[in-house]
Amino acid sequence: MMKAGTHFLDGNTASAEGAIAAGCTFFAGYPITPASEILERIANRFPELHGSYLQMEDELASITAILGASWAGRKAMTATSGPGFSLMMESYGLGLMTETPCVIVNVMRGGPSTGLPTKVAQGDVNQTRWGTHGDVGVVVYVPSSPQEMFDMTIQAFNTAEKYRLPVVVLSDEMVAHMTEKVEIPEKDEIEIVDRKKPRDPPEEFLPFCPDEDLVPPMANAGEGYSVHVTGLTHDEEGHPSVDEETQNMLVTRLIDKIRKNADDILEYDEYKTEDAKKVIVAYGSVYRAAIEAVDMAREKGYKVGLLRPKTIWPFPEERIYDLAREGVDSFLVAEINFGQIVFEVERCTAGAAQTYLAPKMGGSIHTPEDILERIEAIEEGEIPQFKE
Amino acid sequence: MSKDKEENSDLECWDIETKKKMGGVCLIPERCKGCGFCIEFCPVGALETSDKTTEKGYHPPEMTEGCILCGKCEKICPEFSIYLKEEDE
Amino acid sequence: MSIRKSRDLFSPDYMDQKPAKGAAYGKHPLDGYLRKDRIPHIWCPGCGLGVILNSYLRALKDTDIAPEDTAVISGIGCSGRAAGYVDVDSFHVTHGRAIPFATGLKVGNRDLVTTVFSGDGDLFAIGGNHFIHAARRNVDFNVICVNNFNYGMTGGQAGPTTPSEAETSTTPWGGFEQPFNLPAVAAGAGAVYVARWTTFHVEQLINSLEKALKKKGFCFIEVLSPCPTGYGRKVGLKTGVKTMNHFKENSEIDHDADLADVALDPDDPNSKIIVGDFIDREAPTYQDVRGKVFEEARKKLGVE
Repeated sequence: MMKAGTHFLDGNTASAEGAIAAGCTFFAGYPITPASEILERIANRFPELHGSYLQMEDELASITAILGASWAGRKAMTATSGPGFSLMMESYGLGLMTETPCVIVNVMRGGPSTGLPTKVAQGDVNQTRWGTHGDVGVVVYVPSSPQEMFDMTIQAFNTAEKYRLPVVVLSDEMVAHMTEKVEIPEKDEIEIVDRKKPRDPPEEFLPFCPDEDLVPPMANAGEGYSVHVTGLTHDEEGHPSVDEETQNMLVTRLIDKIRKNADDILEYDEYKTEDAKKVIVAYGSVYRAAIEAVDMAREKGYKVGLLRPKTIWPFPEERIYDLAREGVDSFLVAEINFGQIVFEVERCTAGAAQTYLAPKMGGSIHTPEDILERIEAIEEGEIPQFKE
Repeated sequence: MSKDKEENSDLECWDIETKKKMGGVCLIPERCKGCGFCIEFCPVGALETSDKTTEKGYHPPEMTEGCILCGKCEKICPEFSIYLKEEDE
Repeated sequence: MSIRKSRDLFSPDYMDQKPAKGAAYGKHPLDGYLRKDRIPHIWCPGCGLGVILNSYLRALKDTDIAPEDTAVISGIGCSGRAAGYVDVDSFHVTHGRAIPFATGLKVGNRDLVTTVFSGDGDLFAIGGNHFIHAARRNVDFNVICVNNFNYGMTGGQAGPTTPSEAETSTTPWGGFEQPFNLPAVAAGAGAVYVARWTTFHVEQLINSLEKALKKKGFCFIEVLSPCPTGYGRKVGLKTGVKTMNHFKENSEIDHDADLADVALDPDDPNSKIIVGDFIDREAPTYQDVRGKVFEEARKKLGVE
């Protein structure tokens, strides 16, 4: 692990060091701007840590290899950007269906397609929620700084191990490539969570029979449990059981595993929302401009606050519902896309507040002035509500 | 060559005695799908298609004469149905 | 809906019910390697997959590799179901991705004797890119390719090894693609052990599998297999026995064959099928080479 103390790191490097601090000893990746620095840092650091870095032939191999390594007992991670993340969707689903702990860092860049490889965007947000086929429960962290790239990568590993699923760290090019102060704590100050191990002997162990928290203990390969792991709908013995009853039981659990534990997973910040009439919702790199805009708007007499999701999934649904009933008239969602989280915000107000969007198509983040202008235009009624 | 039926399990075993060794060939009828590999490729043609049918309606093999306990049937069976009886069984 | 419904799987009244499937379980010498209530398997009468699974388990038993040190990975397709029958750590992963999964598993735990058991479509169509790179890297695991010349599970479509003249559900007017010469592809990509057998050659197949299980590096065995339901019936090989006899009559064992000549002649289904142990060479494995490089790095860094 990196020496404790204050460092000056770019986001990608900080994420790689977070993985190492979390106990990651397996990394498989494929070069892609703007995430390659994560691969490079890991490749440089793993020999001294006896870790395994694999440069794979594509992102399909990268995501599938870390699933294999996880079942070999390793904490495993991959990193990519939009195009690679799209290729990872099928095996991301395999990891969710087979409850395989691992971490995927997606450093968003301008899309769609090849788009703006070296420029910031936030267009993959809904993909992290709905990108793989079928109904799934997901956990996605959204860092806003190199420090959070470090902290949230550790958090992602802990959540992945605790709830047994692939967890996404959804960064963007701005956060990944900026260099800032990063505090690295002493090794023993970092909380590390490991997957639950079986309590039953092999002949009685049911690899997919959950405890009360809906998470089954996990036996790794080579531990004599002869586990069968399949992407087919499977029963609690792990055997294929392709029928509606098993599907109902299994998939409901996979979704409830996140939904019913959302309070334990959900993280968000608030700033000056106590008396706010208007609340900006912003995440990732845009959060940094939004917080500036709140102060500027306050100076102009607008009662503005900020809600910042740190996990985008699970989403702070109840908080928005409550704010909309505690005096907040409208929400302004500032995101570098044509509107993705704005749908969630609008849904969660359930009609009790208006919802506005400050879109950006990618390439740069909103400036505080952009957001302030938007606030003023809304006050003058020049901007239609997102719904119209 | 005698044929005995194990009472509690649905197993058919044929005791075989060759010049060199004593042994047997056993069949788990429920697993057989009547593919005919063992009958076709028994080097001495000791197996024939039985006119009995398994629970699922397949015609399993039946032992006739000449078995030399070579084990080809066990190796070429895709269903893990026919096999050489262990000495002590 | 009680979450813990399955706990009563081990309640007394369940235990003494005779399992509906897996009759007389425990009698067959290889039952110890098979999952209790998964037999009989789903493969069609006359399919060769059961023969290959039989050979693999026999080889496993003969090399007395401990089941807990063994892992089997399958992709999608009829052969994809193989992992579900073997009573070891077994993984049934996404289509084409058995090999990268195996790479992760093997590098993750080098003590696992790892074998990929998959089909011609899974390994050489959707999974082709992963196959050539794993072979190039010489990752230490075995690949058994069940080549039955079509996509059987999905109903007999043409695949990367289908003889080009053959009629399949997606080449109803006859094929028009040159099929792969799998041993040449494997050798060309860097596999250190390359063999081809058919399900008729069970003795040789078992020996080949034993060699692969004991050998270090990327070992590839192509096994030609009958598929009466999906492929055979449309090309005059209506039953497993007919296909097996076709293999028997047309095969020629030539261990020293030039791999360029072992292509299955697409235009003449009755052409010679060259089988044998084509390549058996030594080469440092992916993990050996990486281990040395990393050791050097640790020395330079003055780290243990």
